[in-house]
Amino acid sequence: MTTATTPRTGTRAPSVGTARTRVEGREKVTGAARYAGEIPFAGLVHGWLVLSTVAHGRIRALDTEPVLAMPGVLAVLDHRNAPRLNTDFASLLGMRPDPTCAVFQHGRVPHRGWPVALVLAETSEQAREAAESLVVHYEEEPHDTDFGADRPDAYRADGIMPAVTEKGDLEAELAAADVVVDAEYTTPEEHHNPMEPHAATAHWDGDRLEVFDSNQGATWVVGDLANLFSIDPATVRVRSEHVGGGFGSKGVRAHQVAAVMAASVLRRPVRVVMTRRQMFTLIGYRSPTVQRIRLGADADGRIRALEHRSLSATSTVFEFVEPSSGVARVMYDADAHRTENRVVRLDVPSPTFMRAPGEAPGSFALESAMDELAVACGQDPVALRLRNDAERGPVSGLPFASRRLSDCFREGARRFGWADRDPRPGLRRDGRWLLGTGTAAASFPAGVAPSTATVTAHPDGRFTVRIAAADIGTGARTALTLVAADALHADPERIHVRIGDSDFGPAMIAGGSMGTRSWSWAVQTAAQEVRERLALGTDIPAEGITVRANTAEAIGALTPAERHSFGAQFAEVAVDPGTGEVRVRRMLGIFAAGRIVNPLTARNQLLGGMIWGISMALHEEAVRDHASGGLVGADLAGYHVPTHADVPRIEADWIDDPDPNDPVGIKGIGEIGIVGAAAAVANAVWHATGVRHRTLPIRPDRVLSAAAREGAPDA
Amino acid sequence: MATSTSSVVTLHINGEKFTLPVDHRTTLLDALRERLTLTGTKKGCDQGQCGACTVLLDGRRTVSCLQLAVAAEGREITTIEGVADGDRLHPVQQAFLDLDGFQCGYCTPGQICSAIGVLREHAEGRPSAVTDDIRPEAGPPPLTPEEIRERMSGNLCRCGAYVAIVDAVAKAAADPRATGAATVSEEDVA
Amino acid sequence: MREFDYQRAADVAGAVALLGADPDSRYLGGGTNLVDLMKAGVERPARLVDIRELPLDRVESTPEGGLRIGATVTNADLAAHPEVRRRYPALAQALLAGASGQLRNMATVGGNLLQRTRCGYFTDVTRPCNKRVPGSGCPALEGEHHNHAILGASERCVAVHPSDMAVPLAAFDAVVRFETADGPGELPLTEFYPPVGDTPERETALPAGALITGVVLPPAPVAARSRYRKVRERASYAFAIGSLAAALDVRGGVVHEARLALGAVASRPWRAHAAERVLTGAPATPETYAAAADAELAAARPLPHNGYKVDLMRNLVVAVLTELAEEAAR
Repeated sequence: MTTATTPRTGTRAPSVGTARTRVEGREKVTGAARYAGEIPFAGLVHGWLVLSTVAHGRIRALDTEPVLAMPGVLAVLDHRNAPRLNTDFASLLGMRPDPTCAVFQHGRVPHRGWPVALVLAETSEQAREAAESLVVHYEEEPHDTDFGADRPDAYRADGIMPAVTEKGDLEAELAAADVVVDAEYTTPEEHHNPMEPHAATAHWDGDRLEVFDSNQGATWVVGDLANLFSIDPATVRVRSEHVGGGFGSKGVRAHQVAAVMAASVLRRPVRVVMTRRQMFTLIGYRSPTVQRIRLGADADGRIRALEHRSLSATSTVFEFVEPSSGVARVMYDADAHRTENRVVRLDVPSPTFMRAPGEAPGSFALESAMDELAVACGQDPVALRLRNDAERGPVSGLPFASRRLSDCFREGARRFGWADRDPRPGLRRDGRWLLGTGTAAASFPAGVAPSTATVTAHPDGRFTVRIAAADIGTGARTALTLVAADALHADPERIHVRIGDSDFGPAMIAGGSMGTRSWSWAVQTAAQEVRERLALGTDIPAEGITVRANTAEAIGALTPAERHSFGAQFAEVAVDPGTGEVRVRRMLGIFAAGRIVNPLTARNQLLGGMIWGISMALHEEAVRDHASGGLVGADLAGYHVPTHADVPRIEADWIDDPDPNDPVGIKGIGEIGIVGAAAAVANAVWHATGVRHRTLPIRPDRVLSAAAREGAPDA
Repeated sequence: MATSTSSVVTLHINGEKFTLPVDHRTTLLDALRERLTLTGTKKGCDQGQCGACTVLLDGRRTVSCLQLAVAAEGREITTIEGVADGDRLHPVQQAFLDLDGFQCGYCTPGQICSAIGVLREHAEGRPSAVTDDIRPEAGPPPLTPEEIRERMSGNLCRCGAYVAIVDAVAKAAADPRATGAATVSEEDVA
Repeated sequence: MREFDYQRAADVAGAVALLGADPDSRYLGGGTNLVDLMKAGVERPARLVDIRELPLDRVESTPEGGLRIGATVTNADLAAHPEVRRRYPALAQALLAGASGQLRNMATVGGNLLQRTRCGYFTDVTRPCNKRVPGSGCPALEGEHHNHAILGASERCVAVHPSDMAVPLAAFDAVVRFETADGPGELPLTEFYPPVGDTPERETALPAGALITGVVLPPAPVAARSRYRKVRERASYAFAIGSLAAALDVRGGVVHEARLALGAVASRPWRAHAAERVLTGAPATPETYAAAADAELAAARPLPHNGYKVDLMRNLVVAVLTELAEEAAR
């Protein structure tokens, strides 16, 4: 970042790179920040979704009469009376919309927990009770929810990347290898569970549709709603000032669509909020995976054959592929290299993007297999990864714009005290606990997508930035303030960043770790032009000087390269072999993730990702009961995420990661933290106990059962 | 003024009195959010499983989603909107802000109210599940990070801001203003 | 609209009279379980009788050296009580291991005893459940049951009791006191929860309309050296997958007296009398502890996915008794 002196502002230090508390922090700690379901409206109607209780079949009848007679009940929407929707379009991310959000269009039920009706009433208590009283008759058909490696109906599927990549003669290289690791890894169904349930309030202001919503991208939601309801996107406004977490789940979902439908029918403001239980079937989730890894290596650990195959599940109405083998396309090269993603269609809800889709489960399998290879070769796990650091994209053949993976490992190993590690498992004890350490590599794509932003210079020396960004907890609002400050050579205090409003023009979503990078680019471009204009000594009129930027062209001009963040994860765990309890004692992640805009919020994000890794390794698992086709214990008592007590004082830090050819140099940091983290924990469990866990989460019952099978060290 | 399904109640919230009819089914959480526009108290699960709706009831942290509003009549309710001293943030709020003890902010009011309750409970010498020696003779345990983590475990943070939250609670604990307001009464413990 | 009345009781007799014999009425204590189950549709009372203001919030020493605990004492206050921490530490530890700080501030002793199972089929009204709808079936037998019962279950129901508090209470011979329209009564905790048998819907032996007024802990010097250890799938704020309340008095290398109760293994807190018989008079060694655990667990009938609980409980018994004996020797 340049720090040129201009007459307007004098010399100043850059804002990017300095720790700043969140600009909306005070609102958040005082409870003043209002989220989507909290905007007051006169005459508000409350909508309550009714979900199917069968996994497959069709609706025969809905007994709406007695419900309509209940106090306060205004209407019941279902497939017989709901407005018709258009679903034949491509969404912002290039995909067809998940039919799960196109509610009440037909009587078929493709999974348990499918929305079948919306009950509308004057109060939430009335809506809830009426919704729970609604009797729905189904014609039930047999369902199939059984996911497993042996599905003959699984097929190769592309999703966001090609299903298969292949080079070299895999079988020949495996046969020629000195050491072969061939193992199957499974990860469970996982749910986003943002703390704020999905909520939307829709109302018509004349012929303008306004939606207060909790989402990861106002542009995305406007586009989908306009398409679904066949209305001009210019007549739709979506606002999401504060968003209580998303993690991939907050796109267009049943709640916004149902709220808009109801607002259109009743011509009153309508709020629809999902219950925690409803979220388990309506907002998407991460599919379970079964992954098979085959690694063939020379005696010194150099990989000559790598195969990563992944199977995930999707619904019968939508094809979503959890692209777990994608991580191998970046991480390690080999003369013979093959990756493949497959899916099987089941009578289950549609899965979707969830924090590091593909990379999270994929890195568990690949980085566990690398640990197994290290053991098999008698190599140190860090040394093995240094030896196999790739020079070019293993699949693309393109150079890496930057790849400081080995430096992350060196720095991490130094700080973690890795050099003192005795590689033998099951040796260290602290009272009832066995101790072990593990490591794993991380990578995540540094993508970018076109966005627009405006920057206005006001006569009083202040600036307003407008961009339809979403701050779902990432600190984006604060980061954009710092980026604008440097581009304008102004103090951050003089900059007001406004986000979460589709009226600000099209912008990328908070997703794919692309939000802050994409938005910063647009904000920086507009701000630089404002500064240039001001430098000419232009007088600022009362309405200010406004510059709009669109980054589509600049992004198109980027040199082709493999662009990713990298990282090295280290974990120490304690395992009680008598009870099966596993506790993480310390953890360190060192990342090379581009230019760090705000160290305070960046560290928080990276740590949050690592905590998701702990969670994935030890806690999270949605259990599907195949008799009913539904989940058992679909709530926050049955579906465990970590508590304070599960998270020790973990550390995240970064090394410089410049990319001189990149105009912003910022990479996303929302997802890299989870990648490899679960593998580091699982590898540490192996080091503690000598037992390899290839099934997540590593629950106490699995530790006890595995120890009983494999004869681990005694309690 | 009571019918078989609703009553008029007077709720004491943040030092003010609010008189309103409530459906008996209405939880304190919904009364705050939907009737009194005190939306700082958050609904995360509505099942007592996340802590986002934590408020102080007679100075004790409780989850407002499992507290019926009608049953809260006569009790002193403090929500996130009532913990600051005018424009001056409560030390716990200030520490959360300074140390970035949150991300999305949705669990934050509950974390803060819970932390205020924790500081009082600790000041009273109450032990926790990780207190080594719980005999009264052993005296109050030091408020270590481990003690803070266990005591704060009823507040889930899905963003994973736990490290900074624990730091923030520890920082606030060192501020006499954080615990000074709470009077420790023998009766509360004995 | 469904009737839903709320009344506050001023005294015990008034509360019992208010509830009367109405099967659709419930006493409301802390509400942490009842209100949750009402939202889930599992409980659909027509009337709540709020007992939070009854004068049952005291913890008092009995002349014999035990404790009398009022039914509306909160879990938090009971755990913090100096006499509980001094004389029955396992009880304080069990309370502190339960739920969260917020819930412990709300939940009462009486309500804790009456809390319902957390079996995922029981709490989901769209699923069959013999406990909720007698005769509808038990999907847990063939479905998700990795945290279900290994002891004392039946073909009708394999759910476990979720209370931590009740486990040490069972070990320490607690007696539950209650009031009915016909006068007061009491039940030893070990008889308070009837065997599952064919009637999983019958969870306590309380007479209809009875109000729990308190729990009496008889004097138990052995309890002064006691411990509660809870194993769960995260470090805090989770129900047990196995827990143990144990008290041990070792004299001259021989077990003089032992109390053991197991949690999360049965439809009730499981007093381990068979194990206690093996322990009493035997040398205080890990071998004895293992033999005691085996004696108790001989009756275990694990399901396909919860056999680990047998190992877990055996390991817990050995580990906790060893720790208690080592502490005593120090």
